[in-house]
Amino acid sequence: MAYHPKSEAELAEVVAGLDAPVRLQGGGTRPIGRCGGEVLSLAGLSGVSLYEPGALTLVAGAGTPVSEVEATLASEGQRLAFEPMDHRVLLGTSGAPTLGALVAANVSGPRRIAVGACRDFTLGVRFVDGTGRVLKNGGRVMKNVTGYDLVKLMSGSFGTLGAISEVSLKVLPVLETETTLVLNGQDEAQAVAAMSAALGSPYEVTGAAHAGGATYLRLEGFEASVSYRAGALTKALEGFGEITKLESATSASQWADIRDVRAFSEHAFVAKLSVQPSAAPALSKALDERFEVQTMLDWGGGLVWVAADVDAQQAVALLAFLQNHCFDNGGHATLVKAPEATFEHVSAFQPEHAGVARLSAAVRGKFDPKALFNTGLMAR
Amino acid sequence: MQMPEANPATLAKKQKLKQRLEGALGKRGVISDERELKAYECDALTAYRCPPMLAILPSSTEEVAAALKICHEMDVPVVPRGAGTSLAGGAMPTADSVILGVARMNAVLETSYEDRIVRVQTGRTNLSVTGAVEADGFFYAPDPSSQLACAIAGNIAMNSGGAHCLKYGVTTNNLMGVTMVLMDGEIVELGGGHLDAGGLDLLGLICGSEGQLGVVTEATLRIFHKPEGALPVLVGFDSNEVAGACVSDIIKAGILPVAIEFMDRVLIAVCEDYAKAGYPECEALLIVEVEGSEAEIEHQLTLIREIAERHNPVEFRRATSAEEAGRIWAGRKAAFSAIGKISDYMCLDGTIPVSQLPFVLRRIGEMSKQYGLEVGNVFHAGDGNMHPLIMYDANKPGDLETCEAFGAEVLKLCVEVGGCLTGEHGVGIEKRDLMVDQFAPDDLDMQMAMKDVFDPKWLLNAAKVFPLAASQARRMAAE
Repeated sequence: MAYHPKSEAELAEVVAGLDAPVRLQGGGTRPIGRCGGEVLSLAGLSGVSLYEPGALTLVAGAGTPVSEVEATLASEGQRLAFEPMDHRVLLGTSGAPTLGALVAANVSGPRRIAVGACRDFTLGVRFVDGTGRVLKNGGRVMKNVTGYDLVKLMSGSFGTLGAISEVSLKVLPVLETETTLVLNGQDEAQAVAAMSAALGSPYEVTGAAHAGGATYLRLEGFEASVSYRAGALTKALEGFGEITKLESATSASQWADIRDVRAFSEHAFVAKLSVQPSAAPALSKALDERFEVQTMLDWGGGLVWVAADVDAQQAVALLAFLQNHCFDNGGHATLVKAPEATFEHVSAFQPEHAGVARLSAAVRGKFDPKALFNTGLMAR
Repeated sequence: MQMPEANPATLAKKQKLKQRLEGALGKRGVISDERELKAYECDALTAYRCPPMLAILPSSTEEVAAALKICHEMDVPVVPRGAGTSLAGGAMPTADSVILGVARMNAVLETSYEDRIVRVQTGRTNLSVTGAVEADGFFYAPDPSSQLACAIAGNIAMNSGGAHCLKYGVTTNNLMGVTMVLMDGEIVELGGGHLDAGGLDLLGLICGSEGQLGVVTEATLRIFHKPEGALPVLVGFDSNEVAGACVSDIIKAGILPVAIEFMDRVLIAVCEDYAKAGYPECEALLIVEVEGSEAEIEHQLTLIREIAERHNPVEFRRATSAEEAGRIWAGRKAAFSAIGKISDYMCLDGTIPVSQLPFVLRRIGEMSKQYGLEVGNVFHAGDGNMHPLIMYDANKPGDLETCEAFGAEVLKLCVEVGGCLTGEHGVGIEKRDLMVDQFAPDDLDMQMAMKDVFDPKWLLNAAKVFPLAASQARRMAAE
């Protein structure tokens, strides 16, 4: 049987009565990694409870659909600035992505490079721990150093620490316009160099990606400012080749494609790696020598999407290569999509060095002493 | 302020401990002379003092590890210290503790403009991180007022902010990785040159943990290219309410200033007297700073002017040169010195939802009358981070206590209206006993459970952050 609590109190009651592991679920649109157990759905904890546009703050239940939050924000000319990816196209899932799951998975898009990740915009959480206690941390103000920051721990914990019941987010205004500069025909090393030059300029680039042989650099803001910066950045990048420009609407749809990794939706295997940008070209080269893969870079080269058409056995080998590479060189690799049998053999999440793994396991033991939540999802 | 009694058994180990630490760090690394130890008896919360048993100044991560291992084996409490600029007593020792200062570790280890990061040892001062990269046009964004003196180690411990964090975020948003030594001497690496965590975000937990979970010896920090230019405007209003509404309208308009600073009548007068900045006589003053090219600045300031004029300002003055910009900032930047010149003061940093500003200011005014102590307000208005400065006379018996009671009531008010006790200074010993007003016992228990993980013996800076009554069982069990 699945659990569908309708309130935080009901959620606490459900958790307190559990005697077997459960699988926490928001809208069920991002099944990253695999774990067993009955579904504990948080979709019933829905609704925006506070929205103060002048304070750039929104508080909502974990099960609130992201679309509802975005519509509420849009009515005041605001948005979730960390540009969360919609996984449905890539993973072929349906349903409504929820706000709590965004936070639990720390989902951030191309603008992460400029404004920060979901975790940087999460001001507070309420959650139920593995013993059924309702706990809170953070709050709804933008600067808060009162006690330990458990909000950061909850963000990106993929439901392994607690069942989030409510989140409080910082939001930002939608900017007046955007434009994108496009450099064509560069290899990855040239692309990273161009993106580094752009991100290291004073022109406030809010997206830097390399996909399908083209390098995209986004500028956002007031019309006059964007136009000025587009000119200045074009000049600064003169040495990198010919530059064309995407106007506002085209630019927006191009970045939606990059954000949702649409180009890889037909591939059986997709992994994402977070690495130091300057290390991305060497990683791609090493990959090319061993595997038949396609890559796409976001975050100025710091986010590497790797796609391949492989069976489960090859997927295991490819993921092992990526995770070993990160284990030795820094960064982390997460398996986002693979033939189902792959998950019997691997963890979707990056294996950690011994000291960090021990601390993480001990932290999990404090939040969820009976190992009820998404058991084995992040660490096997 | 109550602190745990020094443990006589620990004090009795002093000679043996000194010997072992000298063996690990050399004589130069260990301070035991009573006069020299006076330098470590307090931080910038000078009202409370207590010299430590010993102070050590290791010069590498390995030395920190060796020293902590010794203290761990001998069950000796350790209080980590950056530059000692904490306003919350974060680096205040107990008589039976060892102060571990990171001041000798101040090297720049790596700079990568391609990756926009700099890796430093954490004894390096905040401003000198920018100093290491500014010739190439880059800067490190978090800018606490003490940035000339404060160390990155302390910034990480307290998750420090600053006036410009409205745009660039606080320490946790700019910290990418650390090398940290646990109390038992184990060295761990968290994060690095890449973004976000692959597993649990332990780095996010460490930042702001007030030196209770480990000693951070190296840090990878995000750097940005400097903007082409920046200019402030000064806007005066005849009421706090109107100034507050103007702040809200600027934010809603989609302008993202780097800073919005707010000063009330008391502070305007005190700062004007001190710095002769040419501030108008009015109830509330905003300083709004924007960045960009000349044309971009012009455009943003025009928008800000349009918004401000809807609120009938008594004065709108825009800087047209660096010199005029300097004059606008002169009073604000001198605020603490200006108050310090006329009175002893206590600086609070509770944070509130921006919409509650007028109400909270009114209530603080009423409390000021009730307690008989004058208060001036200056704060980072864009993010609701208040800085009420309560003036008192340290030589007048009972005045400090009255001031503390007043301060506690202000902070409780901040929590009541949906805010928090501290926005950037940290809890330390100063706000420790108010934690029960913001958190339920279970909330605090989960936070303390994190300390159980990283420092099971509760030896690192243990008398801070949590009310002593709440942490007592854990501290005693460990003893």
